[in-house]
Amino acid sequence: MSATRAWLLDPSPASRRQARLGQLYRSWLRLAGNPLTLVGLGIVVLLVLMAAAAPLVATHDPIAQALADRLQPPFSPGHWLGTDEFGRDIWSRLVYGARITLWIVLLVAVTAPVFGLVVGTVAGYYGGWVDRILMRLTDIFLAFPRLILALAFVAVLGAGIGNAVLAIAITAWPPYARVARAETLTVRNSDYIAAVRLLGAGGGRILLRHIAPMCIPSVVIRVTLDMAGIILTAAGLGFLGLGAQPPLPEWGLMVASGRKFLFDQWWVATMPGLAIFIVSLGFNLLGDGLRDVLDPRSPS
Amino acid sequence: MSLLEVEDLRVGFRTETGIVEAVRGLSFRLGRERLAIVGESGSGKSMTGRAILRLVPRPGFVTARRLAFDGIDLSTLSERRMRALRGRRMAMVMQDPKYSLNPVMRIGAQLTEGLRLRDRLGRAEARRRAIAMLEAVQIRDPERVLHAYPHELSGGMGQRVMIAMMLIPDPDLLIADEPTSALDATVQAEVLGILDRLVRERGLGLVFISHDLQLVSRFCDRVLVMYRGRVMEELAAADLHAARHPYTRGLLNCLPRIGGPRGALPTLDRDAAWAG
Amino acid sequence: MAGFVVSLATTLVGLLVVTFVIGRVMPIDPVLAIVGERATTAQYQAARAALGLDQPLWTQFAIYVKDAVTGDFGRSILTGQPVVDDIRRVFPATLELATIATLIGVALGIPAGVLAATRPGRLADQLVRIFGLVGYSMPVFWLGLMALLVFYGKLQWVGGPGRLDTSYEFVLELDVPRVTGSVLIDATLAGAWDVLLNALTHIVLPATVLGYFSMAYISRMTRSFMLEQLGQDYVTTARVKGMPERRVVWVHALRNVAVPLITVVALSYATLLEGSVLTETVFAWPGLGLYITNALFAADLAAVMGGTIAVGATFILLNLVSDVLYRLVDPRART
Repeated sequence: MSATRAWLLDPSPASRRQARLGQLYRSWLRLAGNPLTLVGLGIVVLLVLMAAAAPLVATHDPIAQALADRLQPPFSPGHWLGTDEFGRDIWSRLVYGARITLWIVLLVAVTAPVFGLVVGTVAGYYGGWVDRILMRLTDIFLAFPRLILALAFVAVLGAGIGNAVLAIAITAWPPYARVARAETLTVRNSDYIAAVRLLGAGGGRILLRHIAPMCIPSVVIRVTLDMAGIILTAAGLGFLGLGAQPPLPEWGLMVASGRKFLFDQWWVATMPGLAIFIVSLGFNLLGDGLRDVLDPRSPS
Repeated sequence: MSLLEVEDLRVGFRTETGIVEAVRGLSFRLGRERLAIVGESGSGKSMTGRAILRLVPRPGFVTARRLAFDGIDLSTLSERRMRALRGRRMAMVMQDPKYSLNPVMRIGAQLTEGLRLRDRLGRAEARRRAIAMLEAVQIRDPERVLHAYPHELSGGMGQRVMIAMMLIPDPDLLIADEPTSALDATVQAEVLGILDRLVRERGLGLVFISHDLQLVSRFCDRVLVMYRGRVMEELAAADLHAARHPYTRGLLNCLPRIGGPRGALPTLDRDAAWAG
Repeated sequence: MAGFVVSLATTLVGLLVVTFVIGRVMPIDPVLAIVGERATTAQYQAARAALGLDQPLWTQFAIYVKDAVTGDFGRSILTGQPVVDDIRRVFPATLELATIATLIGVALGIPAGVLAATRPGRLADQLVRIFGLVGYSMPVFWLGLMALLVFYGKLQWVGGPGRLDTSYEFVLELDVPRVTGSVLIDATLAGAWDVLLNALTHIVLPATVLGYFSMAYISRMTRSFMLEQLGQDYVTTARVKGMPERRVVWVHALRNVAVPLITVVALSYATLLEGSVLTETVFAWPGLGLYITNALFAADLAAVMGGTIAVGATFILLNLVSDVLYRLVDPRART
């Protein structure tokens, strides 16, 4: 173990593999050196596990109603987080809700950055009027009230998870385009791109194979930092009734339905909100720590 | 008694991989004379200057067997008394006026700030002293400069303002940290001339930090040559050509000379034993 | 500056394009919404022509832009009033809340950020960091509900949802002339102290909740700007001059921090405005956010788009204001 450690931390690595692994290990050490980051990582891992093993972790069917058991307080037998107005077990709904939350985050995290990456690299690589038009478009979207724009989109497309994801993605891409463009500008004129061009590679190939990969690290950092924001926006849409529809156990929607009983059966609204908070805190802690490690230039 | 006594000065930084020492056991004495500290970048010369003023930024820390200014032990002095010393009796000019002047304050406010707050002078009196000092550094239009912001001044003007600002309280010790390296060659001579004259006239003790041996030999009385946080050699500026230490000789040999041989300049030979 | 104005103008046009497109794609027939299901074809066509929907698309857009610029967003189905009048009526409530919240955020966030930056890694810094991260992670609608539950439901320290108790709503209607639309200001102008007091008990909770979010953001940014400035040479210069640390931080460094902070405060204000769709629902606050949400559920297209444009235009205005302020604070940007 200590030999491996010494090998990893060797200040003068003998091979590229050793250097790269050593770099990774040092990053991990720095990441692990911050207890808050570890807490964040723990929360995210737990969330993923909970979503994956939902049928095992949940004690009840998240959708089946049991009106006899309605509005049971926390710590009542069989329902340690209580039940909602249809007698559904809140804990089980939270567990299944984790799947919806992760699903939304994943979909947005896959679509918006990719779109931003395309816009940003194309604008940065071709420059000129292409750049001007694309960046002006980006600026217009950046200057928009994102949440309200997402609302308007959902209003057009109709309420539902898919449309909520689409609306969030449509409003979330501009920052990624900015980041990708900045990275592209720094590599566009480098010698290796000139070399590839001399070999006869076309614009599409250069963009896809040689420029986009250079932009991915900074885009990934931004995505991690944006995760919590995505969760909060999705929950907000759910809360307004424009995201997931009943009887789906989406957390924002659950808070909304608990609003009616806020003063008498506080737990119905409190528990799902707490879940949203903990999960987005987890993503924030993790993103913060990741940024400190991967991008030491940026202010913390 | 010496103006400044430094004995076994150490400046260290705590990093992930342990403590890194930037200055390792530096000792010297300074009277009312002009001492140069010369070295490459990273030799610890700038940190020495800051350590004397007790302005080493965190996470750095300073230790010394003795660090005294005019007989006052600086290492045990309260922050409050240290501040009073800094304001009135010790001063420092840094490399680039573009960074060492506050970009969002007018020159006038920066010049008179010390007089008004520390010495409790009235507005008019402070202004009069500031204008007199600007004239002393050969600024022709002091009224205009007082109203200007730093970005409206040229580098040479900015550095003269900086010198004026530091000399206003009439200090006993001036630390000049590469005061002309950021300036154009033509302006350099001018600013150095002004600095030289003021230092002589006022009988200041000067610590002149530089990487430029030639410059230093013309301008100072004594030279300390530093490498990796240690003193390699100490000698009178006049004897520089007779330096014995191989590192100093190496530095001297790296300098191109008009009329000298046109071959490649020799590279600097760094013996691991010196760093030890 | 000219480039800046051009970019604002294009942003405004872009806003109109997007809302126009959304409006045309909307699967709700605006003609049907007016004439009703049982209208004859002739009636339908007449109404359609009256709305200009029989014109080519670009003519429709031209009309749309002209209407928007002259402040004609059509009539709201929900209220039966012109949308502009509705917005004029509800917007002050939103601005009132967002302004007070931003004031709280600035008043607490800047000192907290400075405090953290001057003691990096120490307890105060950790507290500010955690406080900020919690704010970043908190669903605003949920925190609002929890605050209502505790401070209104259980402790009864504050007034509940809405801008006033119902009884005072009548007093407001009858005795307080509407000048600015802000209850706090109008009541003060009219000397209606009981109304003012009641309004204060209502606004304190939402303003504090929103102020917390604003503070979380501002303190975090202040901290990182401050850390950057404290490493600059001019800070060392001030220390060499023997300036007390208090002055070095709060005068020398803070004036430089103020420059980027202007943008941050403007952004935080903008975030509060758009967050109003959530907070106003929670606190039953009769502002623009609630107006938009209600219109959304009533399929009141004109109202939704009018509200969206109002918020978007305010964003653009905020950009303009922060740019002007920027020039005032930073002498380097003035030339």
